[in-house]
Amino acid sequence: MDSPTGGRPIIALRGVSKTYKRDTIEVPVLAQLDLDVAEGEFLALMGPSGSGKSTILNLVSGIDSPTAGRVVVAGVDLGSLDQAALAAFRARHVGFIFQSYNLIPVLTAFQNVELPLLLTGLDRRQRKQHVLDVLGIVGLHGRSEHYPRQLSGGQEQRVAIARAIVSDPSLLVADEPTGDLDAASATEILDLLGRLNREFGKSVVMVTHDPRAAERAHRVLHLDKGVLVESVQRDRP
Amino acid sequence: MTRFVPFILRSTLRNKRRTVLTILSLVISLFLFCTLRTVITSLASSLESASTARLITRRSTSLTFMMPASYRDRLAQIPGVEDAAYMTWFGGVYIDERNFFAQFAVDPVRYLAMYPEYRLTPEEKDTFRRERTACIIGEKLAQKYGFKKGDRITLRGTIFQGIWDFTVCGIALPATPDLDTNWLLFNGEYLNQRMDDFGQVGTFVLKLKDPSRAGDIARIVDATFANSAAETKTETEKAFQLGFISMLGNIQAVIYALGSAIVIAIGLVSMNTMMMAARERTREIAVLKALGFNDRTVVGLVLAESLLITLVGGLLGAGLARLVFTFSNFTGGGFFQQFRVTDGTLAQAMGIALFLGLVSGLAPAWNAARLRIVDALRHSG
Ligand SMILES: Nc1ncnc2c1ncn2[C@@H]1O[C@H](COP(=O)(O)OP(=O)(O)OP(=O)(O)O)[C@@H](O)[C@H]1O
Ligand SMILES: [Mg+2]
Repeated sequence: MDSPTGGRPIIALRGVSKTYKRDTIEVPVLAQLDLDVAEGEFLALMGPSGSGKSTILNLVSGIDSPTAGRVVVAGVDLGSLDQAALAAFRARHVGFIFQSYNLIPVLTAFQNVELPLLLTGLDRRQRKQHVLDVLGIVGLHGRSEHYPRQLSGGQEQRVAIARAIVSDPSLLVADEPTGDLDAASATEILDLLGRLNREFGKSVVMVTHDPRAAERAHRVLHLDKGVLVESVQRDRP
Repeated sequence: MTRFVPFILRSTLRNKRRTVLTILSLVISLFLFCTLRTVITSLASSLESASTARLITRRSTSLTFMMPASYRDRLAQIPGVEDAAYMTWFGGVYIDERNFFAQFAVDPVRYLAMYPEYRLTPEEKDTFRRERTACIIGEKLAQKYGFKKGDRITLRGTIFQGIWDFTVCGIALPATPDLDTNWLLFNGEYLNQRMDDFGQVGTFVLKLKDPSRAGDIARIVDATFANSAAETKTETEKAFQLGFISMLGNIQAVIYALGSAIVIAIGLVSMNTMMMAARERTREIAVLKALGFNDRTVVGLVLAESLLITLVGGLLGAGLARLVFTFSNFTGGGFFQQFRVTDGTLAQAMGIALFLGLVSGLAPAWNAARLRIVDALRHSG
């Protein structure tokens, strides 16, 4: 399974179709789609609204399953996993970054970031160390006791990114991570994602409508009417 | 699992007012439950102290009918019966109908000897025998109204019309604290005299030589008076009191019905709260699941939250009932000898709280488990 940029694939979609059923009407979204993403790659997905970008993210992160085809992520065939195994797979391999952050409002930044670690065997002290480490990486060292409503949008998204990386997953999936942010905050978030990709070797798949955001990626794919078209290919440093 | 505790606490306190109100309704209902159940256990415990060594003989038709005082001699001759003494329910009113306590006109010569568990000095017993208008009162009654020896007590007769004056000649002290002392006894000859020597009495108390033969002797007594003008029904003091209590209406059934209604009503309230709380957090639950929380963990969190609320409510409600009734000396105006919330009642209240927590957490937990992450995250993305 070679990918266009070389290296081992973190994601391999083979003949993937997805059809939604609304009552009796079938809505085909993806048909016979193939996609490879190499380990350490930063991929941007663009395309018109409703073209199925989020659907692809849902499939590779194991929160939705294809109507047909195979989804292999980090060497695991997701079709073979049951509910509990898929949950364990997500905890281990996938970091989610959402457009609207999705932090838990009654928890502090620290507690939000700690959530994924509650599922691990780490003790309290170890968890604290990890949380403070990643809050440092996203530049929010002094904010650990703040609640989401006490933070700016950009800061909230950085807390969300800290939460996504705290359990050290290999893959980050980001659905329009800068969609709700002003230009300055958006730049900060994109810088941060780029850094996580370069310095920490995270593979990133990012859906975006913003061409400037897409510029950060090694590769930009356009999804339209169920077909993926490659538009940009940059060399990886 | 302790690592989830801060999360559960924060979630529970998210909507403080709603949580507090729900807990409050649980506190009130479980307090009521404990109170109602204590009515039952208190009545039952008063029966425990009733003797099986004594039989009560009354008219078979109804307690309100009387029988000839002359039965006494025939009763006393039945083998196994050591002695017999009459006692008649007087049913007078002291100042006001609300001041309810039991009054009996009793055999002045034999009655006191049959109840050695109520302590009186020989002088007091002697005065009671000699003085026509003498009365003896129990310790609790004396405390309640501040009666002292030599005081005059006036009763208004309801069954036996007229104004009746008595002088307190003794205050009976109970040998054990669980004995009822909320009563007044007076010389039965006084009643007989004022009723123009009518020679009727309400019941007889029989003292037995051998309590284990109570059943046999009761049958012999009733056979003795079968086919007479006044047939009798004889049973142990304990059975008699039980019958007397059930005469007051089927209290137990009423109490159980009330208790169940309360539990069901509060169950619906807390169920509603849990459902509302969970519905508001559909998205959060989806996020947790996306982060890798599996269905079991999510179900556990939802149930833990609902159990936390109901158990705190139960603990406060049951604990409050225990404290209040322990320290207030509540006796229901003397109706109960003692009104104490038992450990069994506390355990039952906590069992109900546990049950309510599970039941009201069940639907939200089931929804959380079934929730599809993509559907919950799709809207207002
Ligand atoms: N659960 C669902 N049930 C029915 N139809 C769905 C469901 N999820 C997505 N769809 C449909 O599938 C199509 C693709 O949706 P998707 O969310 O992947 O698009 P998208 O490219 O992410 O769009 P946008 O840029 O607006 O986020 C849309 O037509 C959408 O209405
Ligand atoms: Mg989308």
